[in-house]
Amino acid sequence: MDILIFYCMGNKNTEEISRRKLLEQLGIVGASGLATFLGSTLIPDTVFASSKPADKKNISGNNSFHYGMVIDTKRCVGCRSCVLACKAENKTPPSVYYTVVVDQVLENRPDDKPTYMTKPCFQCEHPSCVEACPVSATFKRKQDGIVVVDYDRCIGCRYCITACPYGARWFDFGENYPAIAEKTRYAEVPSPEYGKYIKREPEKSPIGNVRKCTFCLHLQDESGKYNKNTGHWPACAKTCTGHAIYFGDFNDEDSDVYRLIRERQYIRLKEELGTAPNVYYLL
Amino acid sequence: MFWALGFFCFLLGIYGWYDRFAYGHLHANYGSIVTWGLWIAAYIYFIGLSAGSFLVSSLVYVFNIKAFEKVGRLAIFTALVTLILALLSVWADLGHEFRAWHVMVYPNFKSPMAWMIYLYSFYFLLILLEFYFINRKDFIEGSDLKDWRGKVYRMLAMRSRDVSETAVKRDYKMVKILATIGVPVAIMFHGGVGALFGVVAARPHWHSGMFPILFLLSALVSGGALLTMISIIFQDGYNKNKETVILLGKLVLGLLILDVIFQVSEFLIAFRGGIPGHIAGLKLVISGKYWPVFWIWQVFLGTVMPIVILASKAKRNPIYVGIACLLIFVGIFGLRLNIVIPGLAVEEIKGLATAVTSARASFLYFPSLSEWMLTIGIGGLGMLMFGLGEILLPKEKHQ
Repeated sequence: MDILIFYCMGNKNTEEISRRKLLEQLGIVGASGLATFLGSTLIPDTVFASSKPADKKNISGNNSFHYGMVIDTKRCVGCRSCVLACKAENKTPPSVYYTVVVDQVLENRPDDKPTYMTKPCFQCEHPSCVEACPVSATFKRKQDGIVVVDYDRCIGCRYCITACPYGARWFDFGENYPAIAEKTRYAEVPSPEYGKYIKREPEKSPIGNVRKCTFCLHLQDESGKYNKNTGHWPACAKTCTGHAIYFGDFNDEDSDVYRLIRERQYIRLKEELGTAPNVYYLL
Repeated sequence: MFWALGFFCFLLGIYGWYDRFAYGHLHANYGSIVTWGLWIAAYIYFIGLSAGSFLVSSLVYVFNIKAFEKVGRLAIFTALVTLILALLSVWADLGHEFRAWHVMVYPNFKSPMAWMIYLYSFYFLLILLEFYFINRKDFIEGSDLKDWRGKVYRMLAMRSRDVSETAVKRDYKMVKILATIGVPVAIMFHGGVGALFGVVAARPHWHSGMFPILFLLSALVSGGALLTMISIIFQDGYNKNKETVILLGKLVLGLLILDVIFQVSEFLIAFRGGIPGHIAGLKLVISGKYWPVFWIWQVFLGTVMPIVILASKAKRNPIYVGIACLLIFVGIFGLRLNIVIPGLAVEEIKGLATAVTSARASFLYFPSLSEWMLTIGIGGLGMLMFGLGEILLPKEKHQ
């Protein structure tokens, strides 16, 4: 120890690195690193006000819905009516598909009819897209569990698209179908999405934003309920020619979806990722 | 000739930026499947260069390793320039580029991306300050020059006029503090960029604990290589920095071999494990449509040839070290491309590739002309900034 001190003192005038100095410096580096790390992880989200956009409360107050879908793969014939209905309802541009129909060619019998799966956004219980968004522009609504996008906050970084394991999110590049690009009367009809009734204008949201299926929440009434009889129902579900898409509230014991997942065998996609999707596929 | 090339690239960039601002992302070839393309690859490339150069400079300013002292200042300048280039690249990629400030005001600290923005901002300030304090004395001394350079020096020196011994000592102390804080910050932000990719469980190609480490290693390799290359060219470095360059060459070789070991480990484990989702991305890299980007660009040009040069007798010749480093500098860009694109170009759900026919839902991606133009322009801007640095930066004095 004495020798070390002597050594250090002897070397005071030169800038040669001694073991003691190196340890000191490593210690400073480590300490500052630890301080930075601790300081940054311990600042809670709540310190930053309005980190999340304000949730709209529904009139019923305490009612909280748990909307989801149950899709019967035995009934789906791959007609793609759901894809078209969704497009017509939400007026999505050419590069955006809120729901797609995937042909799952079966590996053990590739020449047979594939299994068709219509794949909207699963409105997961633990959405990886919500965690990925750097500005909390996408979040899961408390009142009905639908994962939405705040078009005014989204910066279009597309991190959420990479984070979604199901390919449910799409970026709006600003392309338009000819009916809109050529400014026909169809172009005057706004998109009812989110109840915002936006007409497409260059560089304005939702162009440059990420978009996704919203379970047609603009068709909800003020209390947040859907009504199948009056057509206030997600476009894909009400259009399905095979009656394969069941939609409803998992909290409602009278709903189809509540009953079906208890009566039939089902799978959810990529369970191992822990996203807990709210769309179940009946086998 | 350097200036001509720089200006040419910069002009190409003007077209790219014009297209980006006039048409948004319409003329870019990425879509909603392969949603990040050349610009994000360029961003992680430049940010790696920045972190790497900075960490090399910390060898000088934090750990006092005398052998690299001559290039310490240059390293800080390199880190600053490449940081600016990286930020420009990623800014161009945003859907709403003028809303970028949202991350500062509405941050979501669960998102690695928000972390990155905060850390970069801090790092940017830190580098600016460090750059100022390192060069302050020389800026003041240069303020006496009669020509335009004097004007620039006066501006850069800000109001400071004190060149006394105590002021210089204080400068040095500030640099030391900043550099010391900067080391964990640089490790955090560049490891964080790796984490940004690594935490995405949806992309098995990225989802590996190795990603933060790989990013840091690649940063050190590429940043070190760039620094070595520049040390030969910059301000008559060939004559002045010979020993430093040779030493840097050894450092870069060691780091490169380490990087290779890590990457081989990743490939081997994934392939032997054999889970189709995990190896789909790697298969695309090795034998997919863009296999030349891996085998020729990244492996042969960027790894094998530099190792051969740096391990042979040629390593004692600074010119050959410089060539090897140029190859690494170019090759690592291929590595970055091989991270971003194959991660996204893999079907998440089997059958998704054929579910819709839309250019924006394609799994095949090749950057469009305007994407290339913009990126080349950013490279040209970098060259111009280095050119300015060549003229303006105070020449290294022998202490």
